[in-house]
Amino acid sequence: MSAHENKPKKRPVGIMVLTGMISIALYATLLMNQETIIGNFAKCGLYALLPIATAFAFSFIHGSFTGHFWTVLGIEAARKKMEVK
Amino acid sequence: MHDLAQSAANFINLDTATLVYLFLVGFVGGLVSGFIGSGGAFVLTPAMMSLGVPGLVAVASNMCHKFPKALIGALKRAKYGQVDVKLGLILGISAEAGVLYGAQIQEQIKDSFGDAGSNLYVSVSFVVVLAVVGIFVLLDAWKTYKSGNAHAEEKVTRLARWVQSINIPGTMVYFKSLDARISVLFTIPLGFATGMLAATIAVGGFVGVPAMIYVLGAPSLMASATELVIAFVMGLGGSFKFALHGLVDIRLAMIILAGSLFGIQLGAIGTTYVKPFMIKVVMGVIMVIVLFSRGLMVPVYMSQLGIIGEISAETTKLLMNASFAIMIFALALGAFIVLRAMWQGRNAERLQYIREAVTERL
Repeated sequence: MSAHENKPKKRPVGIMVLTGMISIALYATLLMNQETIIGNFAKCGLYALLPIATAFAFSFIHGSFTGHFWTVLGIEAARKKMEVK
Repeated sequence: MHDLAQSAANFINLDTATLVYLFLVGFVGGLVSGFIGSGGAFVLTPAMMSLGVPGLVAVASNMCHKFPKALIGALKRAKYGQVDVKLGLILGISAEAGVLYGAQIQEQIKDSFGDAGSNLYVSVSFVVVLAVVGIFVLLDAWKTYKSGNAHAEEKVTRLARWVQSINIPGTMVYFKSLDARISVLFTIPLGFATGMLAATIAVGGFVGVPAMIYVLGAPSLMASATELVIAFVMGLGGSFKFALHGLVDIRLAMIILAGSLFGIQLGAIGTTYVKPFMIKVVMGVIMVIVLFSRGLMVPVYMSQLGIIGEISAETTKLLMNASFAIMIFALALGAFIVLRAMWQGRNAERLQYIREAVTERL
């Protein structure tokens, strides 16, 4: 194994903190404006796009944060890729 | 549905204990879903209902957390080369049709026999499907374990070899997970059945994943990862349908999502450390335990319909609580097996890494 491969991988702390802060902001907005959000999101018709768009936005931001969170903790996929075929 | 939408405006109040509870159940559900491709929903819906959330709002909110969770899980597992997007999309579209048909049957049963009739139908479907498929999956995993070939490549079943050998011109599609061309005339009914089950018991993957493994011939890891694509397609369509009637409580959906996105990433990572038959072990164990949970409720609904004698209110409450506790236990045990297998896999990899480094220095 070369010296380059032995070098510990840099952990994505910066991006984790950034996505974590955006994620917290999203959840804070949701919980602090519950009445307004519920009022609009529970309306029928085209308002149906609001919960769908919200779910996509939360999943990308919070999903990115959780992915980096485990990486920063050192919990990553096995180095040898599983042969699935 | 419109009246229900009106009542859905009265969403529950969220306190800290509720937030923590939903986050934790979401985490465990996500962990299992990331690993076996489905699961979690059968606990999340009753968990929300136990907080006083109306049944349809619980189903709608669960679905609205399911599709973004499945999306993130599928993207993660695609990085490991485990997802067959084409198979997932084709099965997902036919599953969507199955969901619509399944929901229609549910409504007809509810109109004819009321809530108790609908609940009995759901519970009996749970028991029959989980008994047949769950025991079959568990026995197959046990056979692999006993044979000592747990590391060996999974064998394609005789049925799958036959399905792959049938050539129906104009319907053949190549799927990378199967490394074969099969007719979509086989995938359509499987997707439809997955969707119907999803509309009935909320966990289509209990049929979808075994069908991909035993009927189409996909490896367990690819089947469970591809199920996430199916769950995304079904969940997106279902959420939009419920949202059109104003039934989604976005707060509940996003709080559960907060926990489940931690879980699904961990479950997906876990699949890279374990032997493929562990997917079958976790799925089979959960299915067989949940079977008992739902089985306990069958006499309650039969009594409500007057098919058997009356059951006292205390006994009904006891059976309901026991049923819910067993469901939570099933999910927790599934999560424990995933974490334990992952821990052992990580340790084995670390040991091998150290051994290789020592050998190289020598």
